[in-house]
Amino acid sequence: MAIKLTVNQRVHELEVSPDTPLLYVLINNLELHGPRFGCGLAQCGSCSVLADGVEIRSCVTPIGKLDGKSITTFEGLPALYAEQKKLTSVPELHPLQQAVIDEQATQCGYCLNGLVMKAAELLSKTPEPSEQQIRTAMNGHLCRCGTYPRFMKAIQRAAHKMTLESSSAQQGGGR
Amino acid sequence: MSNHDSGTGLQRRTFLKAGGALIIGAAVAPELLAQEGQAGGVPINAASGAAFSGFEPDPNQIDSWIAIHADNTATIFIGHHELGQGISTTLLQIAAEELDLDMVQVKSIPLETGKTPNQGGTYASSGIARGGPRIRLAAAEGRQALLKLASARLGTPVEKLTVTSGVVSVVGNPGQSATYGQLVGDRRFSVQFTGTAPIKDYRTHKIVGTRVPRVDIPAKAGGKYVYMQNVRVPGMLHGRVVRPRGRGAYYHEATVVSVDESSIADIPGARVVRRKDFVGVVAPDEWSAVKAAERLRVTWDMPAMLPSSPEELFERLRSAKTDDQIVVDRGDVASAFAGAAHIASGRYDSPYQMHAPFGAHCAIADVKADSAVLICSSQNIYESRLSTSSVTGLPIDRITVRYVETSGTYGRSAHADCAQSAVIMSQEVGAPVRLQFMRWDDHGWEAYQPAHTADVKVGVDANGKIIAYEYHGWQHGFGGAYVGAKGQQHMAEYAELLATGRKATLNNGLRAQGPTPFNTGDMYAIPNWKIVTHRVSPLDGYLKGNPQRSPFDIAISFGGEQTMDEAAYLANLDPYLFRRQNINGQDWLSVLDAVARAANWTPRRAASNLSVGRIRRGRGIAAGTHLSSYGAAVAEIDVDTETGVITAKRMYAAIDAGQAINPGIIEDQITGQMCQAASRMLKEEVTFSATNVTSLDWNTYPVLRFGEAPEVTAISVMRQDQTSSGAGEECLAAGAAAIANAFFDATGVRMHRFPLTPPRVLQALKKA
Repeated sequence: MAIKLTVNQRVHELEVSPDTPLLYVLINNLELHGPRFGCGLAQCGSCSVLADGVEIRSCVTPIGKLDGKSITTFEGLPALYAEQKKLTSVPELHPLQQAVIDEQATQCGYCLNGLVMKAAELLSKTPEPSEQQIRTAMNGHLCRCGTYPRFMKAIQRAAHKMTLESSSAQQGGGR
Repeated sequence: MSNHDSGTGLQRRTFLKAGGALIIGAAVAPELLAQEGQAGGVPINAASGAAFSGFEPDPNQIDSWIAIHADNTATIFIGHHELGQGISTTLLQIAAEELDLDMVQVKSIPLETGKTPNQGGTYASSGIARGGPRIRLAAAEGRQALLKLASARLGTPVEKLTVTSGVVSVVGNPGQSATYGQLVGDRRFSVQFTGTAPIKDYRTHKIVGTRVPRVDIPAKAGGKYVYMQNVRVPGMLHGRVVRPRGRGAYYHEATVVSVDESSIADIPGARVVRRKDFVGVVAPDEWSAVKAAERLRVTWDMPAMLPSSPEELFERLRSAKTDDQIVVDRGDVASAFAGAAHIASGRYDSPYQMHAPFGAHCAIADVKADSAVLICSSQNIYESRLSTSSVTGLPIDRITVRYVETSGTYGRSAHADCAQSAVIMSQEVGAPVRLQFMRWDDHGWEAYQPAHTADVKVGVDANGKIIAYEYHGWQHGFGGAYVGAKGQQHMAEYAELLATGRKATLNNGLRAQGPTPFNTGDMYAIPNWKIVTHRVSPLDGYLKGNPQRSPFDIAISFGGEQTMDEAAYLANLDPYLFRRQNINGQDWLSVLDAVARAANWTPRRAASNLSVGRIRRGRGIAAGTHLSSYGAAVAEIDVDTETGVITAKRMYAAIDAGQAINPGIIEDQITGQMCQAASRMLKEEVTFSATNVTSLDWNTYPVLRFGEAPEVTAISVMRQDQTSSGAGEECLAAGAAAIANAFFDATGVRMHRFPLTPPRVLQALKKA
């Protein structure tokens, strides 16, 4: 029996065993490059996606348990952001992705999926997080290259930009 | 100057001759790089770094390095591997600079045997030091050839031509011009290196020495970057290896007693792959392969040959029959100690640590009867090709190896093992196989940074001047087996040894596997100096070793720089001023001063300002390096005396890597090194039982977390008038030792074994 799964606002019908972890469906059936296999144990965060806006570890989440959920991967972040901010068009990059470029905040980049997904979840709930709030929220995401200090700056930069965009949108402004 | 002449053959980098001929010289003896890169035994060409020959682009042809396109852009064929360190950007900077092109006009292609030049491996922070000069030379030869063509076309002598952004024009008459694209566009140069191409004066550099943004980050941040784990090929099967969870003693490997194939009979399409003691599974879909590997019942015979505890490990190393090497023997150490006013001495123990790449390794192999393609992450695709030849029996001209980046690996972890395992599996099943290691395969079967134990002794006179330094270090070798004919030898890792039935050999004599003059005392002017390395056979019941980022330096710094600190303490001196007055030359002084200034260091004796209450604050300083650069660091830490948790709050670190190609990338490397320094000094230790490794995931091998990361001030000391040396691992040891010294400053207690975990801290504080 086919399983229905909504990923990045598109509905997919998939012929896979319901115990298959979501990650394997995303990388093999849907050929997405954002979520990645890191540990398969929900310890590192490289496989993170958002399920109804909440960060989950796709490597240990059976696809059969995601009925009715809307999944957003790294690829779908700009569209999710446009929806959250009620933008008229989808930007090429989520502000966090742009901030990673601006701060040169990655090295090998393998952890970036998880860091960005978790930070996106954080900023959607807490638009102006303190340094301590960032440290606490991000603590379940490992980066072996040691880009934490630069990624901290990237989150702060993105938060600043997103707050500015929100206030200009509320004032009926925009770009 | 801090050049060495103490019989080691090691030399530091050199000054550039302004505007003169290019100096292509390894800053360090090729022997040392060879040892570290594990091409040991094979002479490395100091100029190209190439260790192997045959079926590869001719390094003396411009076409092997540069292609000029009709649209006035260039492709640079780079033979160094992007490992996350930024080398795909910095080598392009060098090429663009020398060719008078803008960064947007140059790109590189993925590494592939036969297509990209053989620049040897990418390790020892040597990509810029060794790879850079070769790229620079090729670009200079290319520019000279282009100018000759322009001269003919424009009827103007070369001396009257100038180039901007790939447009050659006549000096004083910019309308008379031709683009590189018009001159060569998509045709071959067919020109050999002349050896006469002028290299630019560093004072005219516009791209080298600037903070060019990394070329790989937009695709990485945009989710479009293709990692090895993303690659798929038609008709492939998904594979998993099946091994005991956690490897045992090297050379005394687990052997298969029985395999019960019926245990996976209910998984559609799943099948067992077996060659000797190599066991794996393949299946048409990935989840089935994962389940099959989980369920396959294999009975293993695992000899209990490892030490049963870290304490036993250190005693085994110290009591082993050793092959001793006197690394440095200067002056008369014994007499100097006899006359010393103060002597600091102690024993320092350092654990096995692991590379632990964040992404588990992956490779795809497609082995046919007469040819093979291997797509993998590697630090040397030409070596991977030799391994594939050895495993499959195919000649190397029938084998193609393509490099695709995986997560950072920080040295040789398990890439060769994973790649050759995929090769074995594909050859056995006759189809392309994508092998994805599971987390426990990487954690449990990589080649670890070997443990180290040391006796360190420093003597100073009444004024706090160092008069004697003696270092004895014990460690086992990396092990491994050299395979192949002369000139094509390479290091065989686990899967290859299994497939070929070869046994590991004793390779103690060939490697830089322990204290060197660079990492053991070079920072100080030491009149009487002795370093002895007591080398233990890797075959006598130890874990497989391979160099991990800044190999052995952290261990050596932990002992050496703490003993220096102790000497300063005994002489009643501030640790920074003590180092300053004993410093070995201006190069070391500049990095030491840079970090002290950044940290706003105010002199006082260590542990003279003990804070009261639960949280004790401390600061520490250290100098250190891996090979030929100069590094220093200051650490500021908090010690929670109730929980034993140490937090590295702030780190300040500097590297002088000679000519900085991209100071922004060097600062990035420094920042990463400070996080890894905190991680390795405070948290990381491979655990094991007598039979096997028990650190199998991120819970059993904890590393630094986001919430624990220090603030980092990174300083790239610009020495543009010098040749470049490495920046990838040159302040890691200083950072780690600075943390250890900060602990003493905070508590007055000296730690003799790391990592400084909460139980160990609490025990030390209780004893004090």
